[in-house]
Amino acid sequence: MEKGTWKVKTGLAQMLKGGVIMDVVTPEHAKIAEEAGACAVMALERVPADIRAAGGVARMADPTVIENILKVVTIPVMAKCRIGHFVEAQVLEAMGVDYIDESEVLTPADENNHVWKHDFKVPFVCGCRDLGEALRRIGEGAAMIRTKGEAGTGNIVEAVRHMRAVMDGIRRLVNMPQDELMKAAKELGAPFELVMEVHKTGKLPVVNFAAGGVATPADAALMMQLGAEGVFVGSGIFKSSNPEVRAKAIVKATTHYKDPGIIAEVSKKLGEAMPGLDVKQIPDEELLAKRGW
Amino acid sequence: MKIGVLASQGAFIEHIITLNKLDIEAMPVRLPVELKGVDGLIIPGGESTTISRLMDSYKLAEEITALARDGMPVFGTCAGMILMASEISGNTTRSLGLMDITVKRNAFGRQVDSFETDLKIPVLGEKPFPAVFIRAPIIERYSNNVEVLARLDDNTAVAARQDKLLGMAFHPELTNDLRFHKYFLEIVTGKRN
Repeated sequence: MEKGTWKVKTGLAQMLKGGVIMDVVTPEHAKIAEEAGACAVMALERVPADIRAAGGVARMADPTVIENILKVVTIPVMAKCRIGHFVEAQVLEAMGVDYIDESEVLTPADENNHVWKHDFKVPFVCGCRDLGEALRRIGEGAAMIRTKGEAGTGNIVEAVRHMRAVMDGIRRLVNMPQDELMKAAKELGAPFELVMEVHKTGKLPVVNFAAGGVATPADAALMMQLGAEGVFVGSGIFKSSNPEVRAKAIVKATTHYKDPGIIAEVSKKLGEAMPGLDVKQIPDEELLAKRGW
Repeated sequence: MKIGVLASQGAFIEHIITLNKLDIEAMPVRLPVELKGVDGLIIPGGESTTISRLMDSYKLAEEITALARDGMPVFGTCAGMILMASEISGNTTRSLGLMDITVKRNAFGRQVDSFETDLKIPVLGEKPFPAVFIRAPIIERYSNNVEVLARLDDNTAVAARQDKLLGMAFHPELTNDLRFHKYFLEIVTGKRN
């Protein structure tokens, strides 16, 4: 009997596919998310929109917040640590969270190195903006990837940009003759073995979700049609006027992402979506997606 | 032969790929109309509460239950087995109630307790089966007409068959071992009684 293997780490991400992972800050939120059909919850002290508004240094949540959420739901519970903060990751593992998000939404603890994730039994998900970044994180041991998007904006534009960049990177590698793959690895800044694997299989070696800006059922379906295998919804649910109804609608739209009739039906009478931000109005140094490399 | 794979949520593509390796046509099923003409159904791993909620829409659960009562073979892995059970201990998630078993969800603990092990499964032959348990359930109780196909070393039941219904706590679809899928197909064709 062997625990913490690559198979069980990547396997849990495979079980989350086709689902919606929702940010929650209280046990009540967590129950609402589970009831609505979330396949996992992300336990936080603040949703990204509030982290953005608060400014300052954003850290791992108070363990009490996470503990209280672990107690009330039976679906997997994820929690975030700062980029490179391996002690926050150790704490989250000790608390029994099911997945750690090494996240750009929190203030990075290390501007050069991410956590060496192979050392942990608990699996990690990491953000990316393109294929090279995805493969670097997988090289360090991420068992699941999500595109970064721009968290807390309610604006899907960056999530689309990043998903298209990843899919485009994969298509290029698949069509590339073998003798050009080493140069591609150098340019991508990605481990050569993983570049070879993508060339051969035509897909990432781990599950890839979309994140950062999903606010409506149509946003979720858009990301699925662009190639996401599931979606994270951060501020989009609990910053909207009717979280219960919107959560259920996004879950349905993610399953039936190729069925515009169903997406239309579930998009009716959802109330106000979260207030959106124009990404172009955000000063460069405040863009979360630029954290990590 | 055509096998449907419930595609509400979870690892359904892995089952479709496994069936394709066996030259079997496999169709994702999200709506009742997609069950038309299938000879058997696979309910994959995923989150059982999520799949349960999604099956409640568009009368999908009712349709699956009716077809299974009429003799459609059903094969459930992990969450799939939970949804086939007549009872889920300590949980209010609605199941389809197809097999006369009681299952316990997350019976081994949280994700850090997920594991791989080799299982002896007599109906599949001598060679041990590579079993991947991810936040896995166990079978706590089963009735007389349920045949237990696999147990852990401590005797816990983790795979069972009741007539044309097959359920297991682990994930054959995450391995390259095709024997359990073959076994199910033999139930579908009537070769295994």
